[in-house]
Amino acid sequence: MKKVIMGNHALSYGAMISRSQVIAAYPITPQTQVVELLSEMCASKTLDAKFIKVESEHSAMAACIAASIAGARTFTATSAQGLTLMHELLHWASGGRLPVVMGNINRAMAPGWSIWTDQNDSLSQRDTGWIQFYCASNQEVLDTVIQAFKVSERLLIPSMVILDAFALSHTYEVVDIPDQEKVDAYLPPFHPVVRLTPSEPHAFGGLTSPEHYFEFRYKLQVDMEKAPALIEETGREYEKIFGRHLGLVEDYECDDADLILITSGTAGYTARVAVDQLRQEGVKAGNLRIKVFRPFPFEKVRQIAGKAKKVAVVDRNISYGHHGIFYQEVKSALYGFDHNPPIFGFITGLGGRDITPETFKEIAHLTMARDKAEEEISWIGVKR
Amino acid sequence: MKKEKTMKLSLPEEELMCSGHLACQGCGATLAMRYVLKALGQKTALCIPACCWSVIDGPVPYSSLDVPIFHCAFETAAASASGLKAGLEMVGDKETTVVAWAGDGGTFDIGLQALSGAAERNDDIIYVCYDNEAYMNTGIQRSSATPYGAWTTTTPVKHFKNRPKKDIDAIMAAHRIPYIATANTSYPEDLYKKMKKAKDIRGTRFFHIYAPCPTGWKARPEDTVKFGRMVVQNCLFPLFEIENGEKYTLNIRPREKKPIADYLRLQGRFRHLKEEDIQYMQAEADHNWERLLKKCEAK
Repeated sequence: MKKVIMGNHALSYGAMISRSQVIAAYPITPQTQVVELLSEMCASKTLDAKFIKVESEHSAMAACIAASIAGARTFTATSAQGLTLMHELLHWASGGRLPVVMGNINRAMAPGWSIWTDQNDSLSQRDTGWIQFYCASNQEVLDTVIQAFKVSERLLIPSMVILDAFALSHTYEVVDIPDQEKVDAYLPPFHPVVRLTPSEPHAFGGLTSPEHYFEFRYKLQVDMEKAPALIEETGREYEKIFGRHLGLVEDYECDDADLILITSGTAGYTARVAVDQLRQEGVKAGNLRIKVFRPFPFEKVRQIAGKAKKVAVVDRNISYGHHGIFYQEVKSALYGFDHNPPIFGFITGLGGRDITPETFKEIAHLTMARDKAEEEISWIGVKR
Repeated sequence: MKKEKTMKLSLPEEELMCSGHLACQGCGATLAMRYVLKALGQKTALCIPACCWSVIDGPVPYSSLDVPIFHCAFETAAASASGLKAGLEMVGDKETTVVAWAGDGGTFDIGLQALSGAAERNDDIIYVCYDNEAYMNTGIQRSSATPYGAWTTTTPVKHFKNRPKKDIDAIMAAHRIPYIATANTSYPEDLYKKMKKAKDIRGTRFFHIYAPCPTGWKARPEDTVKFGRMVVQNCLFPLFEIENGEKYTLNIRPREKKPIADYLRLQGRFRHLKEEDIQYMQAEADHNWERLLKKCEAK
């Protein structure tokens, strides 16, 4: 069934069609419509789930974690301050191997108060042990929620499905909402091997001595390393049933590209417009959109970006005292490999400032004009 | 034929708490768990945040309890219990009693927001606060449950705690939850009876259990049970119930109200107090007792 819906509702429909059983959430702009629609679905029994209307995001994640340990499929959604308030519990979910799926609307961190998009909220959760998907369309948001449950429940690692504030959260697009039967066939009910129940009493997460703790973390990494292959496998399976491929990255005009613009989120589709215009000007440009940030798709980035003469990484985020975060990751992916083109880093669009095709064209021209990457950050569009 | 006389046990013999736990000698929190589980039975699940009990139960992969435990984050006992209850129900288990089991720090201080949230929603959980009147697990730091006058490692004797214990029972009553009870391991039958009663009530139920800590109170382990009797006799920690936030019932009324000085003298944490400090504390205790009596007498 095709519907014209906002990105936030794509998350809600994704959670519904995946048959989420427990939802615990707290409102925050620009996420509110996600939980509003879900509460309506629960009230009207369109969705057979318990909705716990908690008093904070911290409690939202705490409730999701506990519901998940009971063996229930669990969903929540948040943004910015809410996500960072949850930080402690993000570690708890992954450390406890609980496959919670969460929508996060990328919003800039205060102060000053901002409700507009950038990625520092979710990227500062990089090391919490969550899988992170950065989406570029409402359709992709909905599809990815379904896939995320499948991947998370297989690996027992939680997932974050991320979309830009307003550029997606409040933008209406045509979205194909798949048939429930087909989704049920793709995503079977969640039946964890171990769950908390009085019929088999265990203590979960108790005091863990140095004799055991290390191995728990090793196993989390080992399973995280299985995620890229599993995401591709479940993405192909999804394509077979629903006709839409879900991969680790998406490349556009990269095969013969001299210059590859690396992006994430909605900026990826803006970059495509710039790529078309640049090609008309005679610049052989391409766009590589990184969809999965954790685990980082090293192989894909090497295969695709390694072929180009130059690579420009465009970050809507910053690691203060270092550089753009995707820039660091791409450099580490290509370091030490035979095909190691110069990589240029650009920071733009913080706090929701527009990223337009002109922004990418400026970045492309700057990159083409330089022989090697400069140490300093290239800021695009900043008023100095 | 002569009828054989047998002693009638006032509590079930079934034990859901095993030996081998890691509590200090004379730990009141340990007795509390034992009695509470006798009342609730095996179909119980616990959410335990950071507190003495996250150590007492034993390290991974051991547990001294025969019920499942979710060790949760410090400030999340109530929210975790809400989530666990919802999760269990959604997988078809509507019977299990879900209990948040937290210390006073995790209840009066860092967990108060989540507790208030769960109580306001009237989630179907039992929240038990075992109150040993300081952060004992981290080494005796003051909490907002620490009584006036007490020494702790963050309220040295030259600057002892100069604010009264937070009235958590009144805070919970203000939420109008169906059931609140104070309890005490030195009155196990009373504790057992009230926990049984609570088990059959739906919604948020709150227990405030007095739990002596000989280690943190600088007292003798063998005095734990005695302390429990004394605080009821001297009215420092009265045993009562509150139904729907309004109906107060006093469970035990001492025939003769004892002075609190005898109780204070048995604990090193009060050793520094001067006569006037004790008089001040006695006046406070009298005032609190009168206030409670008024609530209990109100119709």
